[in-house]
Amino acid sequence: MTTAVSPIESNPTASLTGRRGLGDRAFAGLALLAGLSVLAILLLIAWSTTKEAWPILRTHAGQFFFTARWAPSADHYGSLALVYGTLLTSVIALVFAVPVSLGIALFTTELAPTWLRKPLVSVMDILAVIPSVVFGLWGVLVLKNPASRFYTHVAKVADHIPVVGRVFGLFGGKANGSSFFTAGLILAVMIVPIITSLTREVIATTPQNEKEAALGLGATRWEMIRGAVIPHSKGGIVGAVTLGLGRAMGETIAVALVIGASAQVTSHAFAPGYSLPSIIANEFGDADPLKRAALIACGVLLFVLTIVVNVVANTIVQRSIRRSRGA
Amino acid sequence: MTITMRRRLSIAGALSIALFASACGSSSKTASTTSGAATTAAGTTAAAGDLKATLNASGSTFQKAFEDEATKAFSDKNKGVTINYAGGGSGKGRTDLAGQLVDFAGSDSPYAAADLANNKGGDVLYFPIMLGPITLSYNLDGVDKLNLSADTIAKIFSRTVKTWDDAAIKADNPDAKLPSTPITVVHRSDGSGTTQNFTAYLVAAAPSSWTLKSGSTVEWPADTQAGAGNAGVAKAINDNKGAIGYVDLSDAKAAKLKYASVKNKAGKVVAPNADSASAAGAGITVKDDLTFAAINADGDASYPITYQSWIIVYAKQTDKAKGDVVKAYLTYLLGDGQKLLPDLDFAPLPKAIQDKAVAQLAKITVG
Repeated sequence: MTTAVSPIESNPTASLTGRRGLGDRAFAGLALLAGLSVLAILLLIAWSTTKEAWPILRTHAGQFFFTARWAPSADHYGSLALVYGTLLTSVIALVFAVPVSLGIALFTTELAPTWLRKPLVSVMDILAVIPSVVFGLWGVLVLKNPASRFYTHVAKVADHIPVVGRVFGLFGGKANGSSFFTAGLILAVMIVPIITSLTREVIATTPQNEKEAALGLGATRWEMIRGAVIPHSKGGIVGAVTLGLGRAMGETIAVALVIGASAQVTSHAFAPGYSLPSIIANEFGDADPLKRAALIACGVLLFVLTIVVNVVANTIVQRSIRRSRGA
Repeated sequence: MTITMRRRLSIAGALSIALFASACGSSSKTASTTSGAATTAAGTTAAAGDLKATLNASGSTFQKAFEDEATKAFSDKNKGVTINYAGGGSGKGRTDLAGQLVDFAGSDSPYAAADLANNKGGDVLYFPIMLGPITLSYNLDGVDKLNLSADTIAKIFSRTVKTWDDAAIKADNPDAKLPSTPITVVHRSDGSGTTQNFTAYLVAAAPSSWTLKSGSTVEWPADTQAGAGNAGVAKAINDNKGAIGYVDLSDAKAAKLKYASVKNKAGKVVAPNADSASAAGAGITVKDDLTFAAINADGDASYPITYQSWIIVYAKQTDKAKGDVVKAYLTYLLGDGQKLLPDLDFAPLPKAIQDKAVAQLAKITVG
């Protein structure tokens, strides 16, 4: 009974002790190469954009990072108003998108009748692949004018209320269709599909016995969701929201078409504004060399901002996971 | 066995579709340059048969409508020639030419002196090819004729004058019935040669009222609206009652906007059209390198907010085939191509400038 014995069978722990076959080593090598190349690309992007932005950073660095006025014709390049616009529109987008996405995800997994689940999921996935320029065009051609009328009604009422009036009141006597608020709304529509599909996937992994245990103890449906589903999925939900936030911060064309192209820092949501990606899209074509450097510096700033936001969000997630696990 | 077979077949199918698509793509490109009816009659004097090259260009969107018509007509007569004019803005055109990424650039303004050192191919030549008026288009019920002076325009766009029945506008229009509607100012959101020349006009004609200087983007007051491109501004004007903005004549006509007549340097109120733009061209002083500003020109019939566009090429053309086509194309643009302009609502060059440009063609050295 002599049968050919493979190297693994003769020495079962061979792969653990490091004597691997050629196939294993080649695969490990390729995987390492892939991982390193991603890192290399990231570093290359960071280095080459900073190099292109150097002409403006060399002479105008303080002005660029700490002032809000963007006036190339007066040789004044300040990015604070752009950073403010990027963050404000993203926050508005999150405020609208997160409850809606969470609601859709919970509805699809917990409450919807079975025949409705699949169509809902398909529609969400289709919404996720619509190109952003289509959203931008829809915003400027369809949404802007009715939105402007709606804002005017709201603003006229809010104007008289002390604190709310500073945010939702009239700006310069008008409530603009092209404003931070419209950009935020369109961004919300764009990030809902992403956040929904990821949240839905995470919620669907909630162990069935935990849910049944909660229901068995007499919890209502909402209490079951709050007690068994949400704590389990918290980390994933925050991850999904971070991804949506990343997309909202980087969205270029859709925002450029509806944000109103006016770099200013103001609390009024119905005022025209500007964001880092949209100023790059709008002004790059006709820019002289110094302004190009300034716009590339805006790109670098956006890059850094996105990384910082991601790191902060991840830290919060890790901390909350550790806390909920009682470690 | 079946899985591997299926995989092999699908790979083969994908490859063949890719090859088919790329073959189709390239053949349709050559087909489009030979089809289409020629719009001009006489051909150029250069031997039409032996010009063969593909030229790439980018730059001013102001000239783009003209370039689209002219390249089509030129390629129809010279079957071996393909010219791709990409647009993208005057700044992009100048930068692309500096890096020798394109064969010629369209630009509404010349290089800044400090940037000339970046041009890799040496000295450049400026060939003016057309003039065009910028209109002050507005949306106001009941007012079909509007006259504006430079000071009033500057005050409107600086938001010093905020309503239509302001004293300044009334002074320009003593007979008109002006409502008290608030003015909505519309400007460009993107960087633009149109903005540059419009603001250059305000700097030249109303220096005391206009403090925002001139440039492809300007620090507009915060309570104004923005539109993307001339078409975007035209749409924004149409959407807002009481709006006023600066739009190219062709886009203003396409959007069926009303536009104002402007008081020129000689004190006469002139409406924007091809004739008044040409008249503006006749009244300007041209520098030796053929750069000039048609803004705020002298002359009774001149429309003051007229601007110009150049094609910029390197004087030394290193590639013989491309250099021959560049010369022939410029000859066409400065000759029969000028006939295409009035239909596009642009103005042809005045004869003096046209002659100087044609004479400058000799300065291009090929090969």
